[in-house]
Amino acid sequence: MTSRVPPSSAESPEAPSAPTRSSSENPARALADYVLGLGDDALVAAQRMGEWIAKAPQIEEDVALGNIALDLLGQARSLLTYAGSLLDPPRSEDDLAYLREAGDFRCVHLVERPGGDFGVAVARLLILSAYHCELYAALSASRDGTLAGIAAKAVKEVDYHRDHATLWTLRLGDGTNESHTRMQAALAAEWPYVEELFDGSHLDPALVQRGVAVDPATLRTAFYRRVSQVVDQATLVLPGTVPAEGGGRCGRHTEHLESLLADLQGLTRAHPGATW
Amino acid sequence: MSGRRDWPLFEVFVRSRRGLSHVHVGSLHAPDAELALRNARDLYTRRQEGVSLWVVEASAITASSPQEKDSFFDPAGDKIYRHPTFYDIPDGVEHL
Amino acid sequence: MYGNDFASPSDAPSASPEPVEPGLEDFWRIVGEDGRIEPRDAMPEDYRSSLVRQIAQHAHSEIIGMQPEGEWISRAPSLRRKAILMAKVQDEAGHGLYLYAAAETLGVDRAELLDMLHTGRQKYSSIFNYPTLTWADIGTIGWLVDGAAIVNQVPLCRCSYGPYARAMVRVCKEESFHQRQGFEALYTLSHGTPQQHEMAQDAVDRWWWPSLMMFGPHDSGPHATAGHTAKSMAWGVKRFSNDDLRQRFVDMTVPQAEALGLTLPDPDLRWNESRGHYDFGEIDFNELFEVIKGNGPCNAERMANRRRAHEEGAWVREAATAYAEKTAARRTAGAA
Repeated sequence: MTSRVPPSSAESPEAPSAPTRSSSENPARALADYVLGLGDDALVAAQRMGEWIAKAPQIEEDVALGNIALDLLGQARSLLTYAGSLLDPPRSEDDLAYLREAGDFRCVHLVERPGGDFGVAVARLLILSAYHCELYAALSASRDGTLAGIAAKAVKEVDYHRDHATLWTLRLGDGTNESHTRMQAALAAEWPYVEELFDGSHLDPALVQRGVAVDPATLRTAFYRRVSQVVDQATLVLPGTVPAEGGGRCGRHTEHLESLLADLQGLTRAHPGATW
Repeated sequence: MSGRRDWPLFEVFVRSRRGLSHVHVGSLHAPDAELALRNARDLYTRRQEGVSLWVVEASAITASSPQEKDSFFDPAGDKIYRHPTFYDIPDGVEHL
Repeated sequence: MYGNDFASPSDAPSASPEPVEPGLEDFWRIVGEDGRIEPRDAMPEDYRSSLVRQIAQHAHSEIIGMQPEGEWISRAPSLRRKAILMAKVQDEAGHGLYLYAAAETLGVDRAELLDMLHTGRQKYSSIFNYPTLTWADIGTIGWLVDGAAIVNQVPLCRCSYGPYARAMVRVCKEESFHQRQGFEALYTLSHGTPQQHEMAQDAVDRWWWPSLMMFGPHDSGPHATAGHTAKSMAWGVKRFSNDDLRQRFVDMTVPQAEALGLTLPDPDLRWNESRGHYDFGEIDFNELFEVIKGNGPCNAERMANRRRAHEEGAWVREAATAYAEKTAARRTAGAA
C-alpha cells in the first residue's frame, strides 16, 4: 500500500492524455472502465483461443492451448467480477459477458479478429502475452488491493503463455521454409494491432496518478525489447506496418466482435432471466 | 499424411511432492526435450499432481528384458542373509 | 470418455480355444494369478493385436469425442460453464494421449494409429456420431455417456495389461468430474424455466438409448460364448459381460433420473423385485450397427474435422522437427 506503480522501464512515464469520457468525476466508474478493458481483452482472447481446442496441430497442443484459454478465462472472470462490483447497480461477470452490446465492450482489436492458421495464433499469443507480462507485473503493485491480487496471480500464468509462444515462434520462424514464410506473414498480420495496446488516451489520468492503474504507454519499451529479441532469434523481422486505427477501448470495434458476441451470447440471451 | 515420422516419444516422470522420488507416469510425443517438458506439464500435472518433472527420450532408456528376468533377478532370491529378519537375537536385546 | 470395443456381427472374430503355445506359460500363469502383463513380456499375438485395437479405439473415441462438446465451448451460457466445458474437453484430449501412450507400449506408433483412424481402418465409439443439438446435450453427455463410460471403465483399471490398467486409473479419476458436472448442469436445467426443463427432457430422450448401446451387443446367456467377450475374459482384459455392465448402469441411473426430475424414455422400465434389478425395453441394435458402419448422423463430419486438423497441422509438426534437427546439429557443432 505504500508504493506507487513503478514505471516498468527506466524512463519516466508520459502523462496520459485526457480521457475521452467524462469519468473523472466518478472514480468508481473510471476504475470500472479500466478493469473492464482488461477483462474484455482476456475474455475475448479466451474465446478465440478456445476455438483451437480439437483443432490443434498435435493433440499435446490441444491440451496446451486449452490450458492457456482456461487461464485467460479465469483472468476474465476475476476482472469482470471486480468491474461489475464497482458499477451501480452492481453487475455479475455473466451480466457483463453476456448482456452487453459490442459497443460496450472495451477490448482491443488484436484479440477480437478471427484466428488464422497456427502461426497467427502463435504471433497473437506472443504479442498478447508479452504485453500481459509487463502489464500484470506492474499492476501487481497497484494501490488497489483487488487489482493487485488479480495481477499477482495472472503474472505467473502469462509468463507461461509467453514461454509457450516464444518456443513456438522459434520453431516456426527457424523451422522449414514454409513455416518461416507463414510465421513472418502471421507477424505482419498481427503487428498493426500492437500499438493500440499502449494507447492510454482513454484512461482517466487520476487512476494512474493514484497508483491504481498502469499507463500502458509505460509498458511499450520493455514489450518491444522482449518481442524483438524473440523475433530476432527466430530469424524473423519485426514488420514495419502502419498501426491500425484502434479504438476498442472506447467501444469502436471491428465487425468481427459482433459475430463473436453473437456466438458467445446467443443462447443466454434467448433465455432471459434463466440460470445455468 | 501416412508414413511421415511422428515426433519422438518421451517418457515422463513426476515428483508428486517434496520428499518423494520421481515416478514414471506415462509418455508423450514432442519435437524436442524443451517442448516435451512443457507438454508434460500441461498433460500430467493439470491437477497439481507434481512439483517437479523429468522427461527423457524413450530411445535413451536401456532396460532389462523379460528374457533376462531369471538370470537378473532370481539369484537374489536365496540370499536371505541380506535381510535383518535372517538373524536370531536373544529376547530382551533392544535397538537392533 | 469411452471407446466401446465391439464390431457389427459381420466382422466379429470367432473365439477359438487357445492351446498354450510354448513360451507363453508365464503369460497364462500371470493372468491366472490376476497379475499384470507388462510391455515386453511374451504374450499371445492376438492378445497383443486385440489390445492394440481396443486401446486405440478407446483413444480415438476420446479424440473424436472432443468434437460434439467442443462445439459448445464458444456458446456455453455462463462463464463458469464455459470454463468447466473447456477443462472437460481438454481432459478428453489428455485421456486420448494417456491411451495412445499405453497402446504404444505394444509396439505401434501413434502416427500409425492416427493414420488408421483417419483412413477409417480403426473405429471410434459410435456414440460420438450423434449430434449435440442443444446445450442440454452437454449436461446429458456428462451424465449418461460419461456415466456409462465409468461403469465400463472402472473394471478396466484391473485389466491384465499393466499400461492400459494404469492409464484407466488416471482416466477414471478424472472422469468422475465429467459425470458430476453433467449431472449438475442438467439438474439446473431441469429445475430452471419450463423451456430449460423441456430442453433437458428432450436431450435425455435422445441420448438414453444410444447410452445403453455403448455397452455393446448382448453377450450373456446364449450369446456369451460367441464374439470376443469370452476370449477377452480369459485374457483378463474384460471382467464383466456387456449385459451385466449395462444392467449395473441402468440400476444406477434410474434413481438419478428421479432426482433430476426427468423421465427415461422407456415404457418398459420398471423395478423387478424378484431379480433385484430394473427391467428395461429391447434395444434396437440395428441402429447401433448402422452407426458403427458409418451411417450415423455425424460420421462424415467428425472424420472430416479430425482429418482437417491433422492435415492443417502438418506444416507445424514438420517445422518443429526441422528446428529440433537444426538445434541438435548446432549443439554438436558447438561441442566439436
